[in-house]
Amino acid sequence: MSDSKLEELEIRLLLEAVFEKYGYDFRDYAMASVRRRILSFMEIHKIEKISELIPLVLHNKKTFNLFIKRLSITVTEMFRDPFVYKFIRENVIDILRTYPFIKVWHAGCASGEEVYSLAILLKEEGLLERTQIYATDFNNIALNKAKEGIFDIKNIKKYSVNYRDAGGKDSLSSYYHSKYDSVMMNNELKKNITFANHNLITDTVFGEMHLIFCRNVMIYFNKELQGKVFDLFDKSLIPRGFLCLGSKESLKFSTIEEKYNTLGLKERVYQKLS
Amino acid sequence: MSFNKKKYEIVVIGVSAGGMQILPEILSGIKDNFPLPVIIVNHIAPSSDNYFAMLLQEKCKLKVKEADEKELIENSVIYTSPPNYHLLIESDKTFCLSVDQRINYARPSIDVLFYSASDVYKSRIISVVLTGANSDGAKGARYIKKNGGLVIVQDPATAYIEVMPQSVIDICEVDFILNPNQIAEKLNKLAEINI
Ligand SMILES: C[S@@+](CC[C@H](N)C(=O)[O-])C[C@H]1O[C@@H](n2cnc3c(N)ncnc32)[C@H](O)[C@@H]1O
Repeated sequence: MSDSKLEELEIRLLLEAVFEKYGYDFRDYAMASVRRRILSFMEIHKIEKISELIPLVLHNKKTFNLFIKRLSITVTEMFRDPFVYKFIRENVIDILRTYPFIKVWHAGCASGEEVYSLAILLKEEGLLERTQIYATDFNNIALNKAKEGIFDIKNIKKYSVNYRDAGGKDSLSSYYHSKYDSVMMNNELKKNITFANHNLITDTVFGEMHLIFCRNVMIYFNKELQGKVFDLFDKSLIPRGFLCLGSKESLKFSTIEEKYNTLGLKERVYQKLS
Repeated sequence: MSFNKKKYEIVVIGVSAGGMQILPEILSGIKDNFPLPVIIVNHIAPSSDNYFAMLLQEKCKLKVKEADEKELIENSVIYTSPPNYHLLIESDKTFCLSVDQRINYARPSIDVLFYSASDVYKSRIISVVLTGANSDGAKGARYIKKNGGLVIVQDPATAYIEVMPQSVIDICEVDFILNPNQIAEKLNKLAEINI
């Protein structure tokens, strides 16, 4: 058995163990990323072989928590890809406006920056009051951070630029107050947001959505898993509902492709056919 | 004459400050029947979206495109890394993207590509490190070398900023230190055996 085959085997055993014991299923994730995360975890904890990790994560809850934290990538920002928000403002909002009540789902919301960004946009368009936002992730640490809505002040300059490029109508600073080296998002934004743990692989449909944001989550899944999750989104969207993916993700070659219209190619905004 | 009988399968290039000037110069020298894929990580402004691939295409005989998620790597194509994503390679030779933390202050990071490419292609890889102002790529090049791959660096004296090529030379036994105009020639030669 070659070294790389052996390593593949070790990773498979490790992920199997994590799944059996804790229910976190990384078995169908994109391996290059997962492998990189595992190796970086081993480097930090001075572990030589992947298989040595198996008893550690099985018998030591603390190590497991650190491991799971390392394995999930929660990097995010406010108004990431401003042109996407601009596009939504200009092309999606007026259609959403025709509904008396709107449901939005942020799947894989990480620490919530994206959720607050869209909430601000909805507020400026006068829609926040009649919108129910679901913000979900399977990583509780990130989710708790999202709930708090407290972010590092050092990123605010960048976010303000993003906000402006996204077509922001006010000043970002009117949506938070600063305290020491962090900013806290206004409570009025949080009012209609429900934060909940939801695992895209093991959990099911929980509502009929008008708009689903799932950005930079699919890139971590392999093709089969992507197919499953696209099906979940398809089942969760009302006819003529919208799906917004990350700027390197697409419905092209997916199983649900022909049921959707590409509204913004670059923006990765799709609309379900009726 | 090349005495190198080894068959390479891929070229990976890392470049930072000064890359917009030097890449067209080097890539335009690559022959139109160049048989290997070329993957480029360039630290550029996060918003510059596809622009870079289009710019290079004007100068290149080979097809240039931005690497897509899960795309199968094809021979004779030059791929650029999408801004703001790390670029990795899966064992089935498809691309894998990630928005993971910056490495060496960079996303995309050259080290990330070099490590993952080296794991897949082992000794059948040619790496090139060009001008730049930080040391991203040095550890990756050392890793490629350790796995039996080839390491070429731009002669720091000819670099717009010498830090990046120099930091490779500092920690790794490089195979060639070349001027920009020799680099394309060298790549053409090394790949000849594949044609
Ligand atoms: C890189 S973040 C994306 C954050 C945000 N959507 C953005 O684009 O900026 C990816 C998120 O997906 C979450 N995730 C990964 N697998 C998941 C799963 N199976 N179920 C739910 N969330 C998942 C991770 O915990 C992480 O917070």
